[in-house]
Amino acid sequence: MKAGQSPGASSKTNLRRIAIDPISRIEGHGKITLLLDSDNHIHEARLHIVEFRGFEKFIQGRPYWDVPFFVQRLCGICPVSHQLAAAKAVDQLAGVDQLTPTATQLRRLLHFGQMLQSHALHFFHLTSPDFLFGFGSDPMQRNIAGVLEKHPDIAMQGIKLRKYGQQVIEAITGKRVHGTGTIPGGMNKPLTTSWRDALLADIADILQWSEQAVQLNERIHTAHSEHADFATLPSNYLSLTGGKGELEFYHGGLRARYPDGVMIFDQCDYVDYQQILREEVRAWSYMKFPYLQQLGIKQGWYRVGPLARINNCDVISTSLAEAARRRFMAFGGGGLVHNTLAYHWARMIEALHCAESIQHLLHDPDITGTDLVVEKGDRRNEGIGVIEAPRGTLFHHYQVNNEGIVTKANLIVSTTSNNQAMNESVRLVANQYLDGKEITEGLLNHLEVAVRAYDPCLSCATHALGKMPLQVELIDAEGALIHRLVKHSDGQFKT
Amino acid sequence: MGYHAMAINQNTLTIDGKDVHFEQGQTIMDAALAAKIYIPYLCHYPGLPPSGNCRLCVVETNGKSVAACITQAQAGQRIHSNTPELNVVRKMITQMLFVEGNHICPACEKSGNCKLQAMGYYLGMHEEHFHHFNPRRALDASHPAIFLDRSRCILCDLCVRASRDVDGKNVFAIAGRGADAHLIVNTDSGKLGDSNLDRNDLAANICPVGAIMHKERGYVSPIGQRIYDQQPINEIALGEHVPEHKERDHD
Repeated sequence: MKAGQSPGASSKTNLRRIAIDPISRIEGHGKITLLLDSDNHIHEARLHIVEFRGFEKFIQGRPYWDVPFFVQRLCGICPVSHQLAAAKAVDQLAGVDQLTPTATQLRRLLHFGQMLQSHALHFFHLTSPDFLFGFGSDPMQRNIAGVLEKHPDIAMQGIKLRKYGQQVIEAITGKRVHGTGTIPGGMNKPLTTSWRDALLADIADILQWSEQAVQLNERIHTAHSEHADFATLPSNYLSLTGGKGELEFYHGGLRARYPDGVMIFDQCDYVDYQQILREEVRAWSYMKFPYLQQLGIKQGWYRVGPLARINNCDVISTSLAEAARRRFMAFGGGGLVHNTLAYHWARMIEALHCAESIQHLLHDPDITGTDLVVEKGDRRNEGIGVIEAPRGTLFHHYQVNNEGIVTKANLIVSTTSNNQAMNESVRLVANQYLDGKEITEGLLNHLEVAVRAYDPCLSCATHALGKMPLQVELIDAEGALIHRLVKHSDGQFKT
Repeated sequence: MGYHAMAINQNTLTIDGKDVHFEQGQTIMDAALAAKIYIPYLCHYPGLPPSGNCRLCVVETNGKSVAACITQAQAGQRIHSNTPELNVVRKMITQMLFVEGNHICPACEKSGNCKLQAMGYYLGMHEEHFHHFNPRRALDASHPAIFLDRSRCILCDLCVRASRDVDGKNVFAIAGRGADAHLIVNTDSGKLGDSNLDRNDLAANICPVGAIMHKERGYVSPIGQRIYDQQPINEIALGEHVPEHKERDHD
């Protein structure tokens, strides 16, 4: 049985197709298709990634020191993650194994800012309407504008959390989106004391709001026991962890667990990732399907991102987030938490960890140091940078020739790793909530809620929130249009 | 004595109505820069012989259009430069330069230090207007310190003149004509790595765009501290220094 295919889906004849194209309130463009029979039983449910980006190809032939700034254009939400993953690879290409303490701390601070703003954006702007108003609630209200109207405190906290994360990025890279900062062997400018003081002036609020976001998720999940059954998916988990098993975003070893929590491997050097991971290509999606080589194609798929990281780590180094992690794991009964919607809860625990870490780093004397670059060593022809991006483990792998020109690139972006899991989640929700029922917009949103939990970044590109048109068509087996529902860019629904 | 006669006697011309004194032998561009009047340009460089390549400095005088960088200043000239009509043409020239190459500012390390980009901002260029050529031109990274990205070359000829007239090396040349014109390296292999270009040569540091760049530095200039983050091109140009001339190597 292929991924996304429901039992009994042996033939596609006499089936009708429903497409959610594009999926809304996610980063980028994808679609969900359902194949139903005349009794509305689901025969196939798939998440399609319909964009072709081609970055791996067109950075070939470019100088390697350009790479962080080419690849950060993959995304308008997490460009910093791409810049940093590429920069780690570029350091290796430049023969640098160890940065100065200030450069390392600046990169870590930058990444915490990135993680905070991305997590805030996803939970407050994109996801909170589902939880605050209900999955099947009025779509006219189920958006950030509706949250601003009905829950202005929550909405404004989210907006300000994101803004703060972006200010951290601006302080280090010169811009909130697509700035510069990393150079081979270090960073291009120090953090000024005026920026440090300005960021410190607001950190108390940021900590408080981050903690409240965790508490909001705790209330949501304890109040809605049905969430525990929504697309719940026992899976393997992959992430970086620190040397002591702690939650780690910037640099660590690869750790993977089975669904029962048993370790598959731990502290694997990520430069050996090709011995651990394989990628399968399927005809109907531009996104590859990675799997753990050790477990094979069928059993080796895994999840990455906040849920994987919180499940995988043994401890969080900051006190408030660690306390939140313990409550989270207690909610799961001591084992791993497989509840797909718990991604959001885990995401806010990470946001809290970011806020605490930013505070610690801003008090670190090294953070305003001016020793930013180390001498380059003997240049190498291969560099591999791995980082925990907001959406999960991000792999950047480059080969260059003796002149410094990129000859080969391989990127495994976080959302790619969650491809199989997102398809499984769509299939689960389709069978659980839609099978045999008359399809409504509210029910279709359940499918989007399942995908949204992963915070997928499908195009890795900036887009206008709330202006994504949506068209769902019901077509019978003969291809005749039965029903059409269109959401226009102004948010109006028309048949 | 009338105004005209006085101007002739005093080596004076006017640019956009402002009296400008010049010295015999000066071009209109030299006289304008000396008087702190900005005429847009990309291929001019104080101290290097002019080439008249980019045509951005075209001004109007006595009913004619002339390139200010290669036209001798003459007493009594009434020159019009900063006019809406000329600036529209300059913007179109800049747009054409953009689409003839691959000028991807967001991913170019010259961004913020690039004269072409700064010119676009100065002239209010908000889009390219013309269809992109999307040329595929060879990138030469064979030199240990300098790389040559021909897809960003605007054929300004500055590297050619700097290498020949200041560095005394003659490393670069423009080959081909019209749409086939392209920058070449004067070595048997055509490779920069086989030339005697040094990282400190003026030719290695004069490129107004991202065509001739130092290798392995990356985005070393922080945003906010780049040349055109500080001042627009019309102000920077008035302070551009004159390079020290070296003795030509005649061997």
